[in-house]
Amino acid sequence: MTQIKIEHAKKVFGDAVVIPDLNITIKEGSLFTLLGPSGCGKTTLLRMIAGFNSIEGGDFYFGEKRINDSEPSKRNIGMVFQNYAIFPHLTVRENVEFGLKQRKLDKGVVRERAEKYLKLIQMEKFMDRKPEQLSGGQQQRVALARALAINPDVLLMDEPLSNLDAKLRVDMRQAIREIQREVGITTVYVTHDQEEAMAISDQIAVMKDGIVQQVGSPKSLYHRPANEFVASFIGRTNMLNAELKHNEQGLAELQLQNGFIVPYPRLNHLDDQQVRISIRPEDFIRVEDAASVDTFEVRIEDSVYLGLNTEYVVALTDKHHIQVTEESSFDEDLIVGDRVHLTVNTNKINVYCTDGLTNLSEVK
Amino acid sequence: MKQTKNTRRFRLDIWGIAGLVILVCYLLFLVYPVGNILKQSFYTSELGFSLEQFSKFFSMSYYSNTLFNSFKVSITATIFALIIGILLAYLFAMFDFKGKKFLRILIIIASMSAPFIGAYSWILLLGRSGVITSFLSNILGVQMPDIYGFSGIVLVFTLQLFPLIFLYVNGAFKSIDQSILEAAEGMGVTGISRFFKVVLPLLMPTVLAGALLVFMRAFSDFGTPMLIGEGYRTFPVLIYTEFISEVGGDAAFASALAVIAIVIALSIFMLQQIVSLRFAFSMNALHPVRTKKVSGIKKVLVYLASYGIVLTAVLPQLYLVYTSFQNTSGMVFQSGYSLNSYRAAFSRMGNSIFNTLRIPFFAIILVVLFAVFISYLAVRRRNAVTSTIDSLSMIPYIVPGTVLGIAYLTSYNTGIGGTGMLSITGTTMILVISFAVRRLPYTIRSSVASLHQISPSIEEAAQSLGSSKLNTFFKITVPMMMPGIIAGAILSWITMISELSTSILLYTVNTRTVTVAIYTEVIRGNYGIAAALSTILMIFTVLSLLLFMKVSGKDEISL
Ligand SMILES: Nc1ncnc2c1ncn2[C@@H]1O[C@H](COP(=O)(O)OP(=O)(O)OP(=O)(O)O)[C@@H](O)[C@H]1O
Ligand SMILES: [Mg+2]
Repeated sequence: MTQIKIEHAKKVFGDAVVIPDLNITIKEGSLFTLLGPSGCGKTTLLRMIAGFNSIEGGDFYFGEKRINDSEPSKRNIGMVFQNYAIFPHLTVRENVEFGLKQRKLDKGVVRERAEKYLKLIQMEKFMDRKPEQLSGGQQQRVALARALAINPDVLLMDEPLSNLDAKLRVDMRQAIREIQREVGITTVYVTHDQEEAMAISDQIAVMKDGIVQQVGSPKSLYHRPANEFVASFIGRTNMLNAELKHNEQGLAELQLQNGFIVPYPRLNHLDDQQVRISIRPEDFIRVEDAASVDTFEVRIEDSVYLGLNTEYVVALTDKHHIQVTEESSFDEDLIVGDRVHLTVNTNKINVYCTDGLTNLSEVK
Repeated sequence: MKQTKNTRRFRLDIWGIAGLVILVCYLLFLVYPVGNILKQSFYTSELGFSLEQFSKFFSMSYYSNTLFNSFKVSITATIFALIIGILLAYLFAMFDFKGKKFLRILIIIASMSAPFIGAYSWILLLGRSGVITSFLSNILGVQMPDIYGFSGIVLVFTLQLFPLIFLYVNGAFKSIDQSILEAAEGMGVTGISRFFKVVLPLLMPTVLAGALLVFMRAFSDFGTPMLIGEGYRTFPVLIYTEFISEVGGDAAFASALAVIAIVIALSIFMLQQIVSLRFAFSMNALHPVRTKKVSGIKKVLVYLASYGIVLTAVLPQLYLVYTSFQNTSGMVFQSGYSLNSYRAAFSRMGNSIFNTLRIPFFAIILVVLFAVFISYLAVRRRNAVTSTIDSLSMIPYIVPGTVLGIAYLTSYNTGIGGTGMLSITGTTMILVISFAVRRLPYTIRSSVASLHQISPSIEEAAQSLGSSKLNTFFKITVPMMMPGIIAGAILSWITMISELSTSILLYTVNTRTVTVAIYTEVIRGNYGIAAALSTILMIFTVLSLLLFMKVSGKDEISL
């Protein structure tokens, strides 16, 4: 098992700096995901780790070993590609054996090891088929077995599921997760699908423009996004302008633009200022009996029934629109134009300074 | 996946060395001889640098008329080939009739034979004492028009070259979607008017590409006008005769003619580039055009036209097969049948049959080897050296075979620069190399295409599995390219075994090929042997075609 450490990585294409200065440490045996919008440099970084992209600056380590200058074939990596990259002229078995043969292992060992990994991915039945007779999902399994069979130090996967249909994608990501746990291999996984990232990862690095915005567990990314970008990239959220104030007792509160006041003693230690707050749609709570707690009134503008949940677009009294999600129930009968009362689950909101770059809850 | 297309710096690794070796080969066997021709045309030891040769050509109509003649026959033949080729492709695409596969194979065979063999056979059929001519005048009292000269050349070129147009346009029809035709029909445009308003414009890029190819072939062929042209001299005939009559003497004039030929070919090539850019658009048919059943008089016409055209095209070949079994004495066919012509062919020309297998075989090995490396270097390892190779390898496209033959003869006679090094004139090697150089552009193009089909991530996958770059090339890239390359190589092979214009200049008694032998036997008037050899050549061609179809799994040939 191997820890991956990247210090001050820099990547330049022509005169475009794609990755300016990137630092990441990936714990041994963990599944680490690079997540971010298209073009943010995920593939670029992965290919730097693999050795297919040159490195313009910084140091890459597998464990103690600096790998900057070793050939891809010498890095002992397993790689799984978006387009499977199965060798079409070789059978399934020969594909898996290919890497083992490069290692000049004993013939018996090669066969045995290939079979072991084909069993692991449940493809032993198809061992002697040519790849063209396999479905996309099956090909990707073979690619996984091929990558794992050589006992690599790290496993690298670039959007391995994005060519598969939705249902298969969910099954396969489960399979990848299980196999990764079983083998215990340090894995770097690239995706732009945040749900997939949440489902599969131990740790996620959210990237934007070649810069890591936040590294954390799926849970911490969702509940404590480090900045506005992460908050809106992971799940959905409403960003509202508000004012941080202290009342007569010196307790901090947030005043929304519609006049609603959220007590927020967690920020007592900060000065009064303009802020941006992130409230996820499910953190608005509908209150039937408006007298019991502080609420504000909204008008329903649109609703979409999604089975488990119903999503509403509602208008605040200051005309701003926000999204609200509520678990569906059989007898709910809210229609457009209805007025309802909402309050906010204050535990779960996040407050940012006006530029959206700093989560004020983290400021000491 | 983004392609990393950025030009890299040259490095002296295994690929760098391969690149340099290839570059040196091209310098020795292409740049040097062609450069030598250029030099000879402008520079003589007596006159120094001068345009004397060129002004001689353009000031004397005896010479410059040949250029005019060449344009005239080539343009006329191209127009007829277009009409017939497009008509046939249209019939194939639109209508349902029996025997299409069979006809298609016949068409391919017709296109693969050497044009001069067609010319020779047409003389037997329609010449002054041809069988059809005699039949018509003796039985019906009808006088056939003269087949020699302009009309004969056009006839032979048209029948020889319309198959190319057919094959091109037939392919293009496959990319027209049925819905386009139906849409036109919905707007009330049908039949002939639909063909001219909708179908033909869609086929235009292909038609133009085919037309230019046909024109080039017609323009550079010399065997046909040599045999059937009589007094009608075309430009390649002039080049050949001037050169042959001047061997050992002053080759400057022939060189100047060669330079003119290159300039013309180059202009046409550039015209084609411009035109194909102008007309380029991409089509993709979800539902290719469906064929329709026809009945009644229309059905008769469809059968008559398609079978008529194709059978006329293969008639000369078939007639030669027939005459090869006839008893002959010199130019006269006598009654009775025997294998005498074959006996004579084997005893007197046996080595040419062997040569026809041997020389192209070596050439094909060179072609495949170079094509694999050059395409890989050009696609995956672009740098200054490989780009130079890439451009150099395309030069033979525009150098007519006769010109390359002359260049080789004059350049290697006394070795490179007269040093005695590589004085390969008269050897098997010079033929092998000239064949290889001429066919390489085609094979490179098809291997570049098959390399583009291979995603770079497949090679990266191999590397990530611990395979070195060289091992990946041989174990992954080459095997994946191979099916496409082998198929292309077989096609090249077929064109090599019927090659005349270079080999007629470079052969010796020991390196004579069947095509050369047929030509010389026809000239000498040994028609029996020529027919037998033509039949043997045709058998080779058909067998190679069958092999091609088996290897590529297709019964079609795209050019
Ligand atoms: N070979 C290259 N040459 C020049 N620029 C490149 C090259 N490869 C990538 N880039 C640029 O680097 C940036 C990052 O690209 P990269 O492929 O890493 O994005 P990504 O995060 O993987 O996106 P996606 O989710 O679309 O795959 C992009 O702006 C891209 O245009
Ligand atoms: Mg990517």
